[in-house]
Amino acid sequence: MTAGEKKEYWRWEESCWTDDSKNWRDAKIITAGIDVGSVSSQAVVCVDGELYGYNSMRTGNSSPDSATNALKGVLEKSGMTLTDITYVIGTGYGRVNVPFAHKAITEIACHARGANYMGGNSIRTILDMGGQDCKAIHCDEKGKVTNFLMNDKCAAGTGRGMEVIADLMQIPIAELGARSFDVDEEPQAVSSTCVVFAKSEALGLLKAGYSKNKVIAAYCQAMAERVVSLIERIGVEDKFFITGGIAKNTGVVRRIEKLLGTKAAETKYDSQIAGALGAALFGYTLMQKQGAAAAKAAA
Amino acid sequence: MITAGIDMGSRTIKVVFMESLDVAGAPQLKYGVKGKHIMFPDELDPDMAAEKAYADALAGAGITSGQVSRIVATGAGRKQVKFASEDVTEVGAGARGAVFMCPTAKTVIDVGAEEGRGVKANADGKVVDFAGNEKCAAGAGAFAESMSRALQLSLKDFGEASLRSDKSIPMNAQCTVFAESEVVSLIHASTPKEDIAKSVLDAVASRVCAMVRRVGIEDEVVLIGGMVHNPGFVKSLKEALGVDRLHLPELPEYISALGAALIAAEQSA
Amino acid sequence: MIANYGYKDGSGEYYISIDTDQCIACSAQRACLTACPKGMFEIISDDYDEEVAAVKPNFRRSLGFDCSDCKPVGGYTALPCSSACTPGAIKHSW
Repeated sequence: MTAGEKKEYWRWEESCWTDDSKNWRDAKIITAGIDVGSVSSQAVVCVDGELYGYNSMRTGNSSPDSATNALKGVLEKSGMTLTDITYVIGTGYGRVNVPFAHKAITEIACHARGANYMGGNSIRTILDMGGQDCKAIHCDEKGKVTNFLMNDKCAAGTGRGMEVIADLMQIPIAELGARSFDVDEEPQAVSSTCVVFAKSEALGLLKAGYSKNKVIAAYCQAMAERVVSLIERIGVEDKFFITGGIAKNTGVVRRIEKLLGTKAAETKYDSQIAGALGAALFGYTLMQKQGAAAAKAAA
Repeated sequence: MITAGIDMGSRTIKVVFMESLDVAGAPQLKYGVKGKHIMFPDELDPDMAAEKAYADALAGAGITSGQVSRIVATGAGRKQVKFASEDVTEVGAGARGAVFMCPTAKTVIDVGAEEGRGVKANADGKVVDFAGNEKCAAGAGAFAESMSRALQLSLKDFGEASLRSDKSIPMNAQCTVFAESEVVSLIHASTPKEDIAKSVLDAVASRVCAMVRRVGIEDEVVLIGGMVHNPGFVKSLKEALGVDRLHLPELPEYISALGAALIAAEQSA
Repeated sequence: MIANYGYKDGSGEYYISIDTDQCIACSAQRACLTACPKGMFEIISDDYDEEVAAVKPNFRRSLGFDCSDCKPVGGYTALPCSSACTPGAIKHSW
């Protein structure tokens, strides 16, 4: 970094992964899900209804380019081409702008479906904390949505709110969680819900002699309280699963668990891929149905 | 007899002294403003700030603390004014001050830096009903302030720029944080600054108006708080409310402190 | 499915909840479409291919303001949308 260049503390890790134990060339049906969110974009490829690979990156200025770049990551890593993929479903905020998608499904349905795969079919409540919104979803054992709410009106309780504090504290966003536990005592939550007011409150706490870590702890607690107050409307039924970028912030997740008195189910995958994964799985189901219908017609 | 009202706001401290004029009749005749003072205590701790503002105000008005018979505090930080005899809510103080300045007012709209509210008041300046939006920056001056920063305009230039626009570009974002990105994309799309300014002020005005509608809009309407100084906002609000006249009292930012001083005077009378 | 459209912010909780299972065989002839003075409702094909009512996207972030005309002080009981929806699928949270 050159002198004078502003460090981007909000910038989070992008990730790309493929399951090298699987050979996609043997697959009957390959489907892809592309989740173009307001902040991040993910592509997931499924072979025969099993997760094969994913790529998660920051959304650029154009939705179509973000979709293309996200998928390109998985294709390059696996040697696949777009023609190998039978069906593509777009989801997320930019779902209608995925150039090669056959269909668009809302991120609500896709997150439920993806969480059902990632956390197992006993998942009933999903909390998705995205870059610019927050969703609470209740679903059945098949991952079908039974109740949901989405709050994209207000930045409180979203990744954007977290980015603001990372920038303000000049601490990389990935470190916020761990730092929030490195305090002499757990502080009271920042009292303002509004991100604008919380920001000035955080500055005030620093002035009053709080350590940066303690301010971060107060902010994480406020974020947890905000999100818990949002999901109250839906209710929390076990098992409970958190998707989206903030699922990686232990400072918020542990505090949410404490408030709810229940543990969030664990996953070995990147929490941000749930939407795209759900979309790819929807595509697989659709292809299976069409295959069965075609077989029936042939017989 | 002299009384003091101290309005400990989120950004500023306002002090007003009222003097009893020994004339019988309406409160407008009975009391007069003796002195006023405003302070922006960025670096002081709140306890000290109130005392300093008060001492400065006394010096400015040329009176001693012994001459002041009663002090009433109001505002978000009113509990921090330890030397006040009493504190009253800013809703009550604002309504009382507004009706004092504008005796025909029935609806008082207060839009400050961090809050906006609509108050229905009776002829004595007592609160009948109110609706507020103190926990969201979107319905307050902070929204306009944040957007003027994005446009690199002072709040004053921002308000004046808005007057030069006759466009109404709808603002989709309801949150100050999200609206910033929306403003940035409008800037990138080479939208004229005055059109953006109008769009922002229209948005604040429509929110404030919807809030006031919850208590009912009854003539006559008076606007108090710092946003009175923003002519663009005043115009947008007038249009949103659909009223011909919107009273803009003198000393808009001192109205709550004045109300508090008035309450103090009536208590000790 | 219960679909909650709206938001919760510092000033309160503003949701219109639609029980979309009631919409599938709507017995009120989609009365919500015309009942709302602002035309806030629409019929969409949802993710499970059912034809159900929804709040139009451009209203979802401003319900607290948009619905204020139907919510005069005190006269809270007769919201045009929920009265028109005889199956009782539409509810307001505030």
